[in-house]
Amino acid sequence: MVRQSNEASLWSLFSAGGVVAAFLIPIHLFLFGLAFPLGWLQAPSYGSLMTLARMPLARVYLFVLCSLPLFHWAHRFRYALYDGLKVKHLNELIFVLFYGGAVLGTVLAGYMLWTIA
Amino acid sequence: MQPPTSNPPSYTEYHPRWYRPRVSVYWWMGSWRYLKFILRELSSAFVAVAVIMTLFQLRALRAGPDAYARFEQRMRSPVWIALSLISLIFVVFHAITWFNLTPRAMAIRLRGKRLPDVMVAAPNYAIWLVVSAGVAWMVLR
Repeated sequence: MVRQSNEASLWSLFSAGGVVAAFLIPIHLFLFGLAFPLGWLQAPSYGSLMTLARMPLARVYLFVLCSLPLFHWAHRFRYALYDGLKVKHLNELIFVLFYGGAVLGTVLAGYMLWTIA
Repeated sequence: MQPPTSNPPSYTEYHPRWYRPRVSVYWWMGSWRYLKFILRELSSAFVAVAVIMTLFQLRALRAGPDAYARFEQRMRSPVWIALSLISLIFVVFHAITWFNLTPRAMAIRLRGKRLPDVMVAAPNYAIWLVVSAGVAWMVLR
């Protein structure tokens, strides 16, 4: 089972991801999920988005935007399953799948942003 | 002073069973407070949905203008609009509950008196507004 000592660092990641998710994700979802697809706002062109995504600071920003919230999800959703749906017997499997997913997403984001230029 | 007794203690080794009533899997459906707790925890799933959308967007951006046009096309489909809307509602719910936790985590004192909860939570909303405007400006300019 998970040692107690892991819990503090996982909780820190959860907390940091919660902050990033709260401040940054709503505006991203609003713009790219609703405002641009529904034509409320003029969507930026491919070229201008690409210029933006190539800026070093924007790449760090996007990396943080993708990575930390995934660890937030892994931690919180794990406990939601334990407490809400009471699936304690799948503890280890859920632990590996969720944090593994968060690590995979982080690696994917890192790779894509590193090589976008 | 009493001499130490050599008699065995009067309790038995028998340990009674704990009283632990079985809790239903649907324990959170009974009251709004519990349901709100579970919905708040579930908001994290939609945080993940938003990140996955962003990852797909990045992949499309890297793959070129045609791939990005296909990504935009897909985002216009009713299914994705609905998913975006539901995700936005949950993520905003996450943001509000998260910001309102600040006074629970930090008891800020000013001249010996504890600042009211509203005063501790309010700066979060101001920062949220500024940050969102900043992101929108960078994307739209």
